[in-house]
Amino acid sequence: MGNFLIEMEGIEKSFPGVHALSNCRFDLVPGEIHALVGENGAGKSTLMKVLSGVYQKDAGTVKVRGREVEIHNTRQAQGLGISIIHQELNLMKHLTAAQNIFIGREEKKGLPFLVDDQSINEKTRALFKMINLDLDPRVKIADLTVAKQQMVEIAKALSFNMDVLIMDEPTSALSDSEIEDLFRVIRDLRSKGKGIVYISHRMDELKQIGDRVTVMRDGRYIATTPMGEITIEQIISQMVGREIYEKVHTHGDTEKNEVVLEVKGLNQGRKIRDVSFRLHKGEILGFAGLLGAGRTETARAIFGADPIDSGEIFIKGKKVTINHPKDAVRHGLGYLSEDRKQFGLALNLSVAANTVMASLTNFITPLGLVDEKKSRRVTQEYVDRLRTKTPSIDQQARNLSGGNQQKVVIGKWLVRDCDILIFDEPTRGIDVGAKSEIYKLLNELADQGKSIIMISSELPEILRMSHRVLVMCEGRVTGILHAEECTQEKIMHLATMRN
Amino acid sequence: MENKKSGKKRLNSKAMQTLFAFTSLVLLLILFAIASPNFLKVDNLIGILLATAVNGILAVGITFIIITAGIDLSIGTVMTFGSVMAGVFITMWKLPIPVGVIAGILAGALCGFINGISIAKLKVPPFIATLGMMMITKGLNLILSGVKPVYFVDTPSFAKIAMLTVLGIPMGVLIFFLVALFASFILSKTILGRYTFAIGSNEEAARLSGINTDAWKIAIYAIGGAFAGIAGIVMASRLQSAQPALGPGYELDAIAAAVIGGTSLSGGEGGILGTVIGAFIITVLTNGLRILSVPQEWQMVVTGLIVIGAVYLDIVRRKVK
Repeated sequence: MGNFLIEMEGIEKSFPGVHALSNCRFDLVPGEIHALVGENGAGKSTLMKVLSGVYQKDAGTVKVRGREVEIHNTRQAQGLGISIIHQELNLMKHLTAAQNIFIGREEKKGLPFLVDDQSINEKTRALFKMINLDLDPRVKIADLTVAKQQMVEIAKALSFNMDVLIMDEPTSALSDSEIEDLFRVIRDLRSKGKGIVYISHRMDELKQIGDRVTVMRDGRYIATTPMGEITIEQIISQMVGREIYEKVHTHGDTEKNEVVLEVKGLNQGRKIRDVSFRLHKGEILGFAGLLGAGRTETARAIFGADPIDSGEIFIKGKKVTINHPKDAVRHGLGYLSEDRKQFGLALNLSVAANTVMASLTNFITPLGLVDEKKSRRVTQEYVDRLRTKTPSIDQQARNLSGGNQQKVVIGKWLVRDCDILIFDEPTRGIDVGAKSEIYKLLNELADQGKSIIMISSELPEILRMSHRVLVMCEGRVTGILHAEECTQEKIMHLATMRN
Repeated sequence: MENKKSGKKRLNSKAMQTLFAFTSLVLLLILFAIASPNFLKVDNLIGILLATAVNGILAVGITFIIITAGIDLSIGTVMTFGSVMAGVFITMWKLPIPVGVIAGILAGALCGFINGISIAKLKVPPFIATLGMMMITKGLNLILSGVKPVYFVDTPSFAKIAMLTVLGIPMGVLIFFLVALFASFILSKTILGRYTFAIGSNEEAARLSGINTDAWKIAIYAIGGAFAGIAGIVMASRLQSAQPALGPGYELDAIAAAVIGGTSLSGGEGGILGTVIGAFIITVLTNGLRILSVPQEWQMVVTGLIVIGAVYLDIVRRKVK
C-alpha cells in the first residue's frame, strides 16, 4: 500500500461548544472501498467534509497522492478529484437532472455565457446509462422519488473525473434492487482504481462491500482493519466502546388484547387503496414494504396530516373523525416523521422547548406561565433516559447530530404520553448503539400498554421488533403476518405482490 | 416510456400556468370592452400600454430577484432615483441626454449593487436591506432635487425617449418589450439565468457546487436596480420631469405583477412572460375600473383581492396536480 490516494493525519476540528474531531487520521488507496463507521456524532461526516472542502480543518495535514494540500472549498476538492455525496441530498429541485449534474460547469454554446442544455442532456444520458438508470435528463428533480434523486447525485459525482468518491449513507433511501445497482456501480469504480469512502450504519452492507473499515468514536480515530479480519460484532464493540447487550423481544400474543385502533377501507387517490387493519393494546405492528408502497401515506392519513377520500377510523371501538393532526393528538395519537428536520423539530428552539412542545399545557403554572423548572426537569429526565448527546438542554436542536435530533423527537412524544405511537423509520440514520436503545424503549413502551405502529424499511428491524407485520405494496395491504410465521422472504414476496 | 410521459406533463403544466394568466387577461379585456365603449378606444389602449411599461420594466427586474427567493422593496424609489439623477445630469449640469440616461440607469444599478452587498456579504435579510435602501433613496431623491420636480425644460427631445411613436406605438412601450425579451433570453439561455434558479431552489447546494453564489446574487440585485433605472428614465421622459416624491408603492405593484404571473416568492420558479402578463392584468384592471367610474379607493380594494385570489388559485392548481 505504498501509493496512497489520501492520507489524513492529526486532523482537528472544533465547532462552538463541540470538539468534533481530535487527532483523527484516515487513508485511502486506489481500488479500495473503505468503510467509515461510528455512532452518530462520532465525526465521520465531519472528517469527510474536511476532506471535501465543506469545512476547513483547524490543524493536521491532508495529503492527496502524496502531496500535502490545503482544501479551502468544494470546487478545489473537485479539482483534486475528490467528490462527495452528502447524506442530505444537495439538489436543486426546480432544475432538471442534467442541469443539477452540470451546475457550475455548464456547457457553453458559442458565447461564454450561453448555456447549452442539449449537450449536457446528452452527457447526462451517457452517465445514466453507466449506472443503468432509465431516466430522462430533462425531468425536474421535484418530480423524482428520493431514491431516484439519490441516483442523480451519484451520477453527478461520477460526472466529475474523480479518483476519490465519498458516499455518506448512500443507501438509506434506496430499495434493495437500487442498492444492488449502486453496489454494482461502486465495484465497477473500484476495479477502475478509484478509491471509495463508504459511510453507512448498515453493518451487513459494509461487510458485503467494504475492503477495509475505519472506526471512529466521539471524534477520535479508533482503528482501521481489513474487513476480512473483523466481525460485525467486533466493529460494533469498537464503535460503542462496550459490548452491547442485545435482547430480542419475546413476542407475546397481543392479539387477544383490546383493539385500540381500527382502520377500515382507507382510500386516498392512488396512494392508499382500501387499507384496513387493527392495532391491539401493547402491540408493535410493523409496516413493511418497498419505498412508495404507501406506508408513510397511510400513517399521515390516519394522523390527519393529509385528507382522505374515504375510510373509517375507530379508536377503542369508537368511531372518530380526524381531519387535522390536532384531532389525532386529542385522541392520543403521536406521529414521528421520517423527515424529522422538516416535520419533527423546531430547529431554532432548544432541546427543552422541543421536548415539551407537544404537551405544553401540562407545563403551565397556575398563573398561566410556562413552568420552566418542571419542563427542564422532565427534559433532563428524557435526555438521560434516551442518552441524548447534547452539551445542555438549552442547546438549539439544529446543533445536534441526526440521531440525537431523532431522540429529541421521540422524547417529545413520550412526554406527550400518547397511547398510540406511529414511528416512521425511527432508526433511520441512527447508529447501532442508539438503535438498540431505541428498540429497548419501544419494547418498554409496548410492555407498558402503548400501541405502536413502526414503519421501517429495514427488514431485520421489522422482524426483530414486531408482534405482527403488515405488508403493503402499491397502496394496498398485501398481507398481515404473525411474528412467528414471519421471514424476510415472505415479507419480500408480499411487498412485491403487484396487482 | 414513463419518463417521456412525465416530461410531457411538466411541459403542459408550465404552459398551463402562463395560459391561465393569459386567459384571465383576455377575459378582463372582454369584460371591460363590453362594459364600457370607451375601453377599446385607441387612446385608452395606448394609455394602458404606457402605464404598463414602467411597472412592467420594474416587474421584469424584480422577477430575477424573487426567483432567487429574495425581495427588493427599494425598486420604486430607486426608479425615482434614476429619474432624479437624469434630471441632475441633464437639466442641472447641462450634460447631453445620452449621458443623463446612462447616469440614471447606472444610479439604479449602483443601488441594486449596494443591496446585493448588504444581502450577500453583510448577510442582512433582503427585506431589511432593501427597506433601508428604499428609505435612503427616498431621502436622496428629495435632497438632490431640492424637494421639487426637476423639469427637462431645455431638452424637449428628452420626451421622445418614451413618447416618440413608431407605427403608432410609443417608444416607452417598445423599450418595455425589448427589456422583457432581453430578460427572458437571459433567464432561459444564459449562465446568469441558470444560477438565478439554482440559488432560489437551493442556495447551499449551489454554493457547494462551487458557484460563487454571493457574486451572482450581487449581480442579480444590480440588474434589478438597473431595470429600475431604465423604468425611471421612461417615467421621467413621459412626465417631462423627475418627480422626487414618486416611487413608494411601485415596488408593490411590481411584486404583485410577478406573483400573479406565477413567480413563487419562495424562489426557484417563475418567468418573464408570466410577469409581463401579470403587469398587464394590473393596469387593465386599474384602467377598466376607472373607466367604469369605480372610485379610486375601491380600485385598490379590488386589485388587492385579485392579487390574493390569483395566488390562491395557483396554490389550488398545484395541489390538484
